[in-house]
Amino acid sequence: MNTPAVRPLRHVLPPPKVAQRRRVGERIVEGLLFASAVSAVFITIAIMVVLIGESLAFFRHVSLLDFVTDTQWTIMFEDKHYGIAPLLTGTLVTSLIGLGVAVPLGTIIAIYLSEFAPFRVREFVKPLLELLVGVPTVVFGYFALLFVTPLLQKFIPSLPGFNMLGPGIVIGLMITPYISSVAEDAMRAVPMHLREGAYAMGATRFRTATTVVIPAAFSGIVAAYVLGVSRAVGETMVVAVAAGQQPNFTLNPMEPAATITSFIVQVALGDLPHGSIEYQSIFAAGLVLMLLTLGFNVGGHFLRRRFREVY
Amino acid sequence: MAAHVETSLRMEPAALRGLISRNKQADKVFAAVGLLAMFVGVFALAALLTKLAIDGGERISWQFMTSFPSRHADKAGILSAWVGTSLVMLVTTFSAVPIGVAAGVYLEEYARRGWLTDVIEINVTNLAGVPSIVYGLLALGLFVYGMGLGQSIAAAGLTLGLLILPVVIVSTREAIRSVPVAMREAAYALGATRWQTVHDHVLPYSTGGILTGVILGLSRAIGETAPIITIGALTFIAFLPPAPLTTEPPFVSFEWLLAPFTVMPIQMFNWLSRPQAAFIENAAAAGLVLVLMTVGMNAVAIWLRYRFRKKIKW
Repeated sequence: MNTPAVRPLRHVLPPPKVAQRRRVGERIVEGLLFASAVSAVFITIAIMVVLIGESLAFFRHVSLLDFVTDTQWTIMFEDKHYGIAPLLTGTLVTSLIGLGVAVPLGTIIAIYLSEFAPFRVREFVKPLLELLVGVPTVVFGYFALLFVTPLLQKFIPSLPGFNMLGPGIVIGLMITPYISSVAEDAMRAVPMHLREGAYAMGATRFRTATTVVIPAAFSGIVAAYVLGVSRAVGETMVVAVAAGQQPNFTLNPMEPAATITSFIVQVALGDLPHGSIEYQSIFAAGLVLMLLTLGFNVGGHFLRRRFREVY
Repeated sequence: MAAHVETSLRMEPAALRGLISRNKQADKVFAAVGLLAMFVGVFALAALLTKLAIDGGERISWQFMTSFPSRHADKAGILSAWVGTSLVMLVTTFSAVPIGVAAGVYLEEYARRGWLTDVIEINVTNLAGVPSIVYGLLALGLFVYGMGLGQSIAAAGLTLGLLILPVVIVSTREAIRSVPVAMREAAYALGATRWQTVHDHVLPYSTGGILTGVILGLSRAIGETAPIITIGALTFIAFLPPAPLTTEPPFVSFEWLLAPFTVMPIQMFNWLSRPQAAFIENAAAAGLVLVLMTVGMNAVAIWLRYRFRKKIKW
């Protein structure tokens, strides 16, 4: 066999000029990529600057004490009251109903898909649930207003056309796939030998799921719930369409109400002059919303750290 | 569990059999409950699609797709809405995809462990959880008034671009991570620089995953209503933005970027908030078209992912 002559290395390497040009090119590319990655930080900073900046302007007209303690939010009327409480109760009620639907449903689906479902069922149902994620929220609003609420009225005749119950349930259906998919990923990440240990002790599937898999995946399941809470609190169109847009200081889900998000939509739909108090108020409302989701995320972070299982 | 095992060891055989069958029963009950829970989800999807099809199916026609919105419900259509949606998506794609893919490549291939990388990663995770309406507020302050873009296609497209940036970054990272280290080592061993390795090997292998993420992100952006309403988009638009292609040199025009517009979900919301039944029918029809668009895109993404997963065997 005849082996090709080995050429000296200096003939293989690019000439010094090309090598240097390449090094410079590498540096430029790395710089561009880095700039793109840092843009994520700038978006966060920009969000905070815009929200806090306009909110500060808002709080020059409105005292923080009124904002927190007043129980009326009548910014569109002559007699203006700036109490965030009615918007908070609206957000609270619709989110709690939504989570009341989505947390059990999403958890059960996650356990079922990860521990029980035959391969065929999994392959068929998972894509369908993913399609549910793809449905636009305004379409869910239509569904809440014209399907779920009329359906509920058959059982509760006194239910008004705009209420918090219907949208709450629809929010729950909407965020169920988010919770189930994140929780299922966490459960499937639990090492197989833990399950096998439980099976070897004679545990049934259900007992393995509740006593071994769920505790081991707990931190991931909490992450799924936190995601669900953020979605529910930030959900806008379903409530804007189907809950009525009247701020209402109540915890009764049978009544119409406005949430923080639906208030922002309502004001934005009107022709709002830049710099007016109405314009600034939606930034203050947005800041409250941002602080709420931030609070849940930080809380979830500590909860996850507390229960993290390492194997 | 230890106490439980001990008691079962001391049990009479008959009692033990009872315990076993009870536990097996619990298994079966849960399997049924799980199946039921899944059907609630699937049923909701089916009910939603059926409701839209029944209410709006008849309104969908050539005339509906090619007419402007109108005060007369039966003459109204979604021409300006779907043209607006397409143009906004164009801006979104061209803003979010290059930046998102570049950021994903940086975080996976270039970033060194350190506080700066941690800060970037935490930011990306948190941005994914920010409610979409907050992006609308950011855009209102930054694009509409800060940069003077007004209520234009450019402002809306950039807003949605920011919104899906985390989706693109996360899916790019996942796709890149699934390329085996051996591929990179082979390229380095042949003397390739880092960028040559990324550009010629890592990126081509992860195109499928990135594409899936981009489509999922865009399908979310198409349906987003709240941020677009927040930047103050007009809801009654009975004209088209200037055409991007012209007959005179230089043949391309960017005037459309600053034109006022409407998009599908806004058109639907607008019709939905009117009391007349005929407009509700239009809303259902617009919703049906919108759902077909997003569900179609999602289906393509799921299929792509499935195909690439099957095809690539390292």
